[in-house]
Amino acid sequence: MPWTREEMCSIAAMELKDGYYCNLGIGMPTKVANYIPEGVNVTLQSENGMLGMGPFPKKNQVDADIINAGKQTITELPETSYFDSSDSFAMIRGGHIDLSILGALQVSEEGDLANWMIPGKMVKGMGGAMDLVAGVKKVLILMEHNAKDGQPKLLKKCTLPLTGKSVVNTVITDLGKFDILPNGVKINQAAPNVGIEEIRSRTEATIID
Amino acid sequence: MSSKKVYQNAHEAMQGILRDGLTILSGGFGICGIAENITEEIKNSKIKDLTVVSNNCGIDGYGLGTLLQTRQIKKMISSYVGENKTFEEQYLNGDLELEFSPQGTLAERCRAGGAGIPAFYTKTGVGTVIADGKETKVIDGVEYIMEKAIKGDLSIIKAWKGDHSGNLIFRKAARNFNPPMAKAGNICVVEVEHLVKIGDLDPDHIHLPGIYVDRIFEGTYTEKKIEFVTLTE
Repeated sequence: MPWTREEMCSIAAMELKDGYYCNLGIGMPTKVANYIPEGVNVTLQSENGMLGMGPFPKKNQVDADIINAGKQTITELPETSYFDSSDSFAMIRGGHIDLSILGALQVSEEGDLANWMIPGKMVKGMGGAMDLVAGVKKVLILMEHNAKDGQPKLLKKCTLPLTGKSVVNTVITDLGKFDILPNGVKINQAAPNVGIEEIRSRTEATIID
Repeated sequence: MSSKKVYQNAHEAMQGILRDGLTILSGGFGICGIAENITEEIKNSKIKDLTVVSNNCGIDGYGLGTLLQTRQIKKMISSYVGENKTFEEQYLNGDLELEFSPQGTLAERCRAGGAGIPAFYTKTGVGTVIADGKETKVIDGVEYIMEKAIKGDLSIIKAWKGDHSGNLIFRKAARNFNPPMAKAGNICVVEVEHLVKIGDLDPDHIHLPGIYVDRIFEGTYTEKKIEFVTLTE
């Protein structure tokens, strides 16, 4: 049984260690915050210029000046601080953030990441993703194992424009958790009843034992 | 520039500044902390062939997005064009020049521009299309690309409080790109929610000292717009 999206978020949340400063990307990575284990204290950074992000607001707490990097309304915490975008990326580029969780279109066995454009189809821009993968200590990717048309997303080489070269450490998909190592991709954990043959058949990257 | 920085409104504050071909540096992230009064004045002035440096370009029909609809913008330097159909369409049609700059690189290019630093090296974008045509350098075994500073003719800035000498305090996440953009423009015009007299702001709480600010006025605001109201489930 492949993992559900909730289970993927929950597995990813296990990577958040007590005391970590983390940046969670837009979409599914944002939801990982809901699965942080009890007793683990993690500070979330939002690259527009906020450290110590709280949950989404109740209706009466909505404040147009408190938004996250996805431009969604959020709340502040007693320990929250604000700063400008150049300070924010000094934190990121300077290696002060422990972990970044991002989505992906493609990841290669060498840890290359593509997640910002599909030429001729989708142009949104890289936002802060290129800075994050270049500066953060550890990069974890959360994505479906295959694209909607079934194409593998864990590849030998990315075919889409890159966000960063050799930047990904770990990939969590619906089929399992994978470590990107110098000689290939190692299965760290498979989803329940997902066999190595299924993973191999749905992956283009070199799976090592 | 006169020592008197205070103006009555956006129209007065922009007198003698607006002309075709300006490079405008805009604060704000999405539509949070954007100089909406100044943007409206730029729209009404009908100046064109503008180069706008801004993380985003507002949204359709609001903020800088309105200057796209009137085709006053020739070129954007941005990190993100999503959430704005006009932006994506004009770019894909070839009607709008677009230089993508990663968000942190964009912030630092403007900060550097205001700090007298002509260029810097960064790991961001190494091995991607962002590195194309840029000088690279290996420092202590790590490859970096050189990014040039950005300077502009005009900075358009939004702050929460400002005093008559131009000292500014921003509010929460509305600070974002405003300080780096304010520093890199030849002329910096600021709109504030509350204009206060000198002495009303605690000097220890100033986010941006008045030296960076040339003109300031109290804007008129109705309700602050929000791109995505997301409530707790």
